[in-house]
Amino acid sequence: MATRTASEGEQFPRRPGPGPVVAAPAGPGMIITLLVFLGETGILAGRAIGFLLRGRLHLRNTLLQMAAIGVDSLPIVLASCLSTGAVYAFYTSDIFVRFGAVNFVGGTLTLSFLLELGPVLAGVNVASRSGAAIAAEIGSMVVTEQVDALRAMAVSPIRYLVTPRLVACVLMMPIVCVFADLAGIAGCYIMAAGHGVPGQAFIESARTFASADDMLKGMIKTVVFGFLIATIACQQGLRTKGGATGVGRSTTSSVVICVVLIFVSDFFLAQMLRGASVTVK
Amino acid sequence: MAAAGAQLTSEPIDKLTAGDEAIIVRNLNYTVPEKRILQDISMTVVRGEIVAVMGKSGSGKTTLLKCLAGLIKPTSGQIFLFGQDIAPLTEAQLDDVRLKIGLVFQYAALFDSLSVYDNVSFGVVNHRRAGRRETKQLVADRLADVGMEGTEALFPSQLSGGMQKRVGLARALAMEPSVLLYDEPTSGLDPVIAHSIDDLIVETRDRHGMTSVVVSHDIASIFRIADRIVMVDEGAIIASGTPAEIRASNNPQVREFISQE
Repeated sequence: MATRTASEGEQFPRRPGPGPVVAAPAGPGMIITLLVFLGETGILAGRAIGFLLRGRLHLRNTLLQMAAIGVDSLPIVLASCLSTGAVYAFYTSDIFVRFGAVNFVGGTLTLSFLLELGPVLAGVNVASRSGAAIAAEIGSMVVTEQVDALRAMAVSPIRYLVTPRLVACVLMMPIVCVFADLAGIAGCYIMAAGHGVPGQAFIESARTFASADDMLKGMIKTVVFGFLIATIACQQGLRTKGGATGVGRSTTSSVVICVVLIFVSDFFLAQMLRGASVTVK
Repeated sequence: MAAAGAQLTSEPIDKLTAGDEAIIVRNLNYTVPEKRILQDISMTVVRGEIVAVMGKSGSGKTTLLKCLAGLIKPTSGQIFLFGQDIAPLTEAQLDDVRLKIGLVFQYAALFDSLSVYDNVSFGVVNHRRAGRRETKQLVADRLADVGMEGTEALFPSQLSGGMQKRVGLARALAMEPSVLLYDEPTSGLDPVIAHSIDDLIVETRDRHGMTSVVVSHDIASIFRIADRIVMVDEGAIIASGTPAEIRASNNPQVREFISQE
């Protein structure tokens, strides 16, 4: 039927919208696509937060999403951070040892993980694993008219689908980040020990150079990453058109946009958080 | 029989009086940049009757149905549901209207992550209409209405197409709507199951007194269940009347379409 592909997310424009941002042609069309994307994402986030502020949070869905986003992402986050930490230490430890700067190894690696690698790797992994899952699930619901069924039963898709995912992502990302930090630092520690850095020196160095403040800064970054991942994945999912191809396209777009925005926002967040103290003195 | 594009086409079956109309559609248009999907649609559906909207695939039937359900905002025109024009309403305002409408989707659109019980009770639970015990009884009753007793624990993936449509109907009935909209209820089903779905539509109307609009291109099914038929072609109404009037129509498009029976 003519409208099989017209199933759109609640309150989204009723006209056929532009394609995914990542597939937009260069030139004026891309600018329009970008503006539409920014507008839709902003409106979606605003409405999702609106439901939250009015206390209309779907608790069951939120808990399910917290499990899906947090717990299910942990294995991939732990594995990637452990190995990245080990590789990072593998390359850097030798140089530090060669120049007699053993006492700086633990501090440098720990600080790198707390401020940068932990949050970014957690964000990228959650975007790839959970963000893709969110976009694919919502996209499938759109093409099989389940989102229309929600609207037909006067249940807001934003309240039922978007707000729980947004809350879950924002709450779980800092926790995932802590595990990413721990796994990364553990990987660094093990590899540094294998390259002549005494364990005690590593720990003392880490204590000297890194602080809880650094860890909190990293966690603050992941709150922003979580917000971006949930909002973009939901927006791309709700924008899905067509059948399986459309779902695949939305999923890919979601991961690409999330990963790019994580790196871009990380740059600005690093500037903003530089020198700031986030712990209570 | 009313002519194409006429105002308030399809005279009611017999005794239409003020207030008998459940749905009045006036000069409804829906366009997208490349195409005009609905053109000047006007029709009336009387309380308690079954009106079938028939036409070829891509003729705009489902778009019309989704406009009636408030899922698509028309470009222009009016849709009165029990006297209230729903066309200009916002999404939030439409929620009150949607509680009066049950929509049975072409592919059932059951929530695949939820069990049959959760699907049927979905609206009731989300709108906090009943306690746990009443909800359980309500689900059992609605599933019994559609001949799906004892399937509460199953998931949509464990059901056949016909069973999914029955559960979809049970889900719509659970909200006790005043109007039921069916999108291609018999498409993709074998003749025996399709016949049973037809019986179910009529039984549902007889039992609950609901006004029904059925969109379909299944001619045999339409003539079995409809009190009145509206034929749509390229987004416009080209004929409407009782099944007998449609059968006697001289309109070549109508004749060609029903000759496929």
